[in-house]
Amino acid sequence: MQALQARAALFARIRAFFAERGVLEVETPMLSRYAATDPALESFRLGDGLAARYLHTSPEFPMKRLLAAGSGPIYQICRVFRDRERGRRHHPEFTLLEWYRPGFTMHALMDEVADLLRVALNAPDLAAERIAYRELFVSRLGLDPWHASVDERRAAALAAGVPGADALMLDADGWLDLLLCHCLEGDLGRGRMTFLYDYPPSQAALARVRATPYPAAERFELYLEGVELANGFRELTDAPEQRRRFEADLLARRRHGQRPVPLDAMLLAALEAGMPDSAGVALGLDRLLMGLLGVADIDGVLAFPAERA
Amino acid sequence: MATYKTNEFKGGLKIMLDGDPYSIVENEFVKPGKGQAFNRVRVKNLKTGRVVEKTFKSGDSVEAADVLDTELQYLYNDGEEWHFMDPATFEQLVADANAVGDAAKWIKEQDMCSVTLWNGAPLSVEPPNFVVLQITETDPGLKGDTSGGGGKPATLETGAVVSVPLFVQIGETIKVDTRTGSYVSRAKDE
Repeated sequence: MQALQARAALFARIRAFFAERGVLEVETPMLSRYAATDPALESFRLGDGLAARYLHTSPEFPMKRLLAAGSGPIYQICRVFRDRERGRRHHPEFTLLEWYRPGFTMHALMDEVADLLRVALNAPDLAAERIAYRELFVSRLGLDPWHASVDERRAAALAAGVPGADALMLDADGWLDLLLCHCLEGDLGRGRMTFLYDYPPSQAALARVRATPYPAAERFELYLEGVELANGFRELTDAPEQRRRFEADLLARRRHGQRPVPLDAMLLAALEAGMPDSAGVALGLDRLLMGLLGVADIDGVLAFPAERA
Repeated sequence: MATYKTNEFKGGLKIMLDGDPYSIVENEFVKPGKGQAFNRVRVKNLKTGRVVEKTFKSGDSVEAADVLDTELQYLYNDGEEWHFMDPATFEQLVADANAVGDAAKWIKEQDMCSVTLWNGAPLSVEPPNFVVLQITETDPGLKGDTSGGGGKPATLETGAVVSVPLFVQIGETIKVDTRTGSYVSRAKDE
């Protein structure tokens, strides 16, 4: 009950923060004819055939349609759904705060995320630092995440003592994911907010890829006390490039034996019509609440966990 | 061949790894913000009892181990192997020294034991938490000393040696906690 009160107070502080900055709260459909194509996400499906609908894994696509329609800055607090994600920090249904800032650069949005966190956590003096993804891997593991071979990545995992790394079959990005979540993220955000930014182009997801000084996806993640709280992008607004990424995702899904999903034609149409240059970010509010209350298990901040829902 | 997907992992699940049966002790799901998810698990080798860590790519499948925990009655030892019986089916099963392990020094005929079966054969044997055994050998204690202030070694009918209070004598039966190997009390006449 104490967690629910803290949750309500947290939401009130967030809403006041955005009201003061003139960001509009919006609601978009949770059920869609389309689904996220990302092979790392599994949508819940309701119904079959033409009547099939998908529960959203984030409100990103319809919010981008609002941006294209000229909404200006918008935010949303909503429940999102991700099948097969369950652990101490994962729950198949959780609360996301997602917001978009037309005209913001990635670094300007990181500034705003830090401002919001100071308000949300009642910690006005909480420091923030920024580390480039490449710099983190080079300085901590001696590994260049852009150019290291798969064997070098495996060797780095073995050297770092990841148990069972010798038996794992992973692709180049899979090894980076393994190194990040087993060897690096636990030390990020200790006593401060740590923003990791400029991701490998192969991990751009829905971010724009910048060519200089080296090719990098304008994507960031925020860590607090070793926990990943938020993921942001300077948003991809190029419709043909978006279509290429969707199709590459669908190919990867087929290769992994995953269910094919219908790609969002409405988003592509909106991008073709023109979406303003924007930065956007999604922040997990359950994890933020865990940090606020010092709770290690996500079940501790939910009214009822999935197994008792 | 039955398999488990990583999203079915939970404490107590029995899986095969490198040809040995293991039990999952702890399962942690880890996933970066975007990208590949992993299951970081602590598993116990059911043959050796050793606990090790393993990492799996989420979505991978692992062979299930045909492992069953059951209650069997210990019948007798033929000098080499230990014979047990399922009290429900009267089926008899034979366990070797490897499977019986430390339980050998605590169990006596008729005791009910927790036996883990792998492919139908005993893999490990847990003695009852408390056993009542007769003392076959111990130094005579000081008469009248009932304070329990000191201790002395005593050999039990099964061969186990435990530390008992000075007042306990040869021929008496005592209750022992098999998890710690320690004396609990004199047994009431049972």
